[in-house]
Amino acid sequence: MAIRFELNGKEVSADVEPDTPLLWVLRDHFWLTGTKFGCGIAQCGACTVHLNGLTRRSCITPISRVEGGTVTTIEGISGEEARAIQDAWVALDVPQCGFCQSGQVMSATALLREIPKPTDENIDQAMAGNICRCATYVRIRKAIHRASDSLEG
Amino acid sequence: MTRQSDTTATGGLTRRGFLKGAVASAASLVIGVQLPGKAWAEDGVAPAASAFAPNAFVRIDPDSIVTVIVKHIEFGQGPVTGLSTLVAEELDADWLQMRAELAPADASKYSNKLFGLQGTGGSTAMASSYEPMRKAGAAARAVLVQAAADRWGVDPREITITRGTLTDAAGAHKASFGDLVADASKLEVPSDPQLKSPDDFHLIGTQVGKLDTPEKSNGKQIFTLDHYPDDMVVATILHPPQFGATVKSVDDSATRAVKGVIGVKTVPAGVAVYAENTHAALKGRKALKVDWDSSGAETRSSQQMERDYSKATKKPGLDARNDGDVEKALNSADTVLEAEYFFPFLAHAPMETLDAVIQFKGGQVTARMGSQIQTVDRGAIAQVFGVDQGKVMLYTEYAGGSFGRRAQPGGEFATEAAQVAKALGSDRPVKLMWTRENDIQGGRYRPLALYRVRGALDKDGKVVAWDQQIAVQSFMKGTAFESAMVKDGIDSTAVGGSAELPYAIPNLRVGQHLMENGVPTLWWRSVEHTHNAYVNETFLDELFERAGTDPVEGRLALLGNEHPRHSGVLKKVAEMAKEAGDVPEGRQRGVAVHKSFGSYVAEIAEVSEGAGGEPRVHRMWCAVDCGVPVNPDVIRAQMEGGMGYGIGAVLYDAISLSDGGYVEQSNFDRYRAIRIHEMPDIEVEVIRSTEPPTGVGEPGTPPSGPAIANAWRRLTGKSVHRLPLVPITA
Repeated sequence: MAIRFELNGKEVSADVEPDTPLLWVLRDHFWLTGTKFGCGIAQCGACTVHLNGLTRRSCITPISRVEGGTVTTIEGISGEEARAIQDAWVALDVPQCGFCQSGQVMSATALLREIPKPTDENIDQAMAGNICRCATYVRIRKAIHRASDSLEG
Repeated sequence: MTRQSDTTATGGLTRRGFLKGAVASAASLVIGVQLPGKAWAEDGVAPAASAFAPNAFVRIDPDSIVTVIVKHIEFGQGPVTGLSTLVAEELDADWLQMRAELAPADASKYSNKLFGLQGTGGSTAMASSYEPMRKAGAAARAVLVQAAADRWGVDPREITITRGTLTDAAGAHKASFGDLVADASKLEVPSDPQLKSPDDFHLIGTQVGKLDTPEKSNGKQIFTLDHYPDDMVVATILHPPQFGATVKSVDDSATRAVKGVIGVKTVPAGVAVYAENTHAALKGRKALKVDWDSSGAETRSSQQMERDYSKATKKPGLDARNDGDVEKALNSADTVLEAEYFFPFLAHAPMETLDAVIQFKGGQVTARMGSQIQTVDRGAIAQVFGVDQGKVMLYTEYAGGSFGRRAQPGGEFATEAAQVAKALGSDRPVKLMWTRENDIQGGRYRPLALYRVRGALDKDGKVVAWDQQIAVQSFMKGTAFESAMVKDGIDSTAVGGSAELPYAIPNLRVGQHLMENGVPTLWWRSVEHTHNAYVNETFLDELFERAGTDPVEGRLALLGNEHPRHSGVLKKVAEMAKEAGDVPEGRQRGVAVHKSFGSYVAEIAEVSEGAGGEPRVHRMWCAVDCGVPVNPDVIRAQMEGGMGYGIGAVLYDAISLSDGGYVEQSNFDRYRAIRIHEMPDIEVEVIRSTEPPTGVGEPGTPPSGPAIANAWRRLTGKSVHRLPLVPITA
């Protein structure tokens, strides 16, 4: 059956099995490959997208639950917080292998939208669901603070 | 269904938009970017006919874009940026005109001179490339200068290059690289060009932005998993539940009933499920019913292995080193400490699981994977398909981490992926994707290891004897690397870092017991150095504590004047921690120093007891001496990441086997990876050295564990001889 939703600002329709996780619809059907597979059980955050404005682990979200919703992926993320986060990521050379970074950027952007001036503790809480095996965490923390500062200025 | 390019649904950021000041052009756009849905087999390595390619490593296009062909795989450790820096330095290029692409498998051009084949490992990328890549850049420079001299009718010595622009001494002429590409292509390339004096470096030793950062921040970096060639089949695989078990029988009726599943095949590694999409492949795998034959399987539990290894270490093993008379010194010493150390198996767990896309069509194989030893992988694929290596085009892909996992001396994953692709019996491209369960339970772990250590102090508290018996399995035996790594029965991947213990201890013995084990193992970030440095640096610290010796002063005294680079980083890190102020109430600090892969690293950790009695690492300081620091920020990043990897391992990570040999962990829920709230603040100082550059991908890891354990012991009085420090909850 065709499931309709908004994807990165466009109305789309996916004719897939209703239990297909959003992750595989994004990747296999729409070739939006910025959203990654890391664990399949919502433990690592590599598949993080925004669903109706909130972070969501796409690997455990069946597409049937997305019907009529609004999905934003790393390819479609926009707005001043996203820009500030991505600029800070580049300025501090956060990524190493880079595989988890789409998910990190999606979580960090959502954090800044909710808490414009996050503390270290806020960052820990918002980002603890995103594993980085390269352990770029020191720079992720610094980059979020930097992005926050840049929005203030 | 029509393919959608990755920009139509987005309207978001573009790669070129991120590269400020870069000039986008048709020529530069072919580089590095593999868009899903593109004609993938032909992409990537065909230079424009109009380009100037003086050697296998450098290509300059008419738009002045300089592309460096990087012979080492990039999975975060920085060769794309590092090797490009070397070329740009000698070329006097502007950093913004630099691009990079990964070299295909071709050992005739891209061999690692330290291995004698094409491959990456042992933190050798920079060490093996420092001169060759500078020469590649210098040769290109010489030709461009000659082309300009010919055109302008001036002496080449009067021409200078500043940030990619050539000018003559009189200031009458000016040219970009692109202006000279056509002329340069007609000139002879010097084989031994003049290299710059290090005094003239303007990029080496400075911080340049990493070339791969923008695309890794906006989702556009393409990894193996992201390839979707036309008509691709997705494959998943079910491995046996025990190492060494095989398929007895398969009931695939439920699997075949899953919509989208197109086939099920038994292959040597297990049972492969093929489908039109990933969801169907995963669902189909879940529905498989397989009977396994475990008659040839390793069925011991970790506990049983521990007992077996412990027994072995009660007798001296094969001497990797034997100075003085250890037994005599131990028998006559005033104080003797003894300890048994246990290290569990560890999974590498890179964020991107192992994967490959392989197509066999018209007698040719096209393969894409995060290949770390291309020569071995290419040979393995050729063998499966029964073709000459020349018929295998193997593209190295950017990989989502490795930490050693993708460097397989036996090419096992390449073999498995090729067998899966071949078994389908079709000319469609097949993407084999391991799930996290395949990864955590799939073996090739850091080996389980057990140590028996004895140390002695004389009446003045001086360390006079040290006996270290190491029981560990060899993962080099029977591989192409055996002759290089195992000498006279001593496996350097078992004893490295202990056999060369730098401390002046008059009676010192290191014994090796190579254990048989059916669990497949492999090098894990910094290989033997993680366990050897851990034992060396924690046990020595206990001896110092018993003797009332300061841990930094004690180490410096035992290093003497023979090991100035060890002492240098140790002094530096002590200074850094001192400058940070007194140790806060309720915390303690621990120190460790270790040399691995040619680089010297000292670290100090500040630790308290946190929630649930778990150690909390607040801060760490690190001093590293890796020779000429080509890119200090990449070095700092590798130290931060290497330390984080080590901290996670020493605190939380373990693979354990239950009775029967079943792995008890299967995903990140029980294989606990370090997370952001568990990561300390880290400060790194890079020593300004003029020695040749050495590795940075691995050497940050070994000192982190012992520094933490030493702090923990000084805080709680509890020695940590059994890892992980936080017991696993199986």
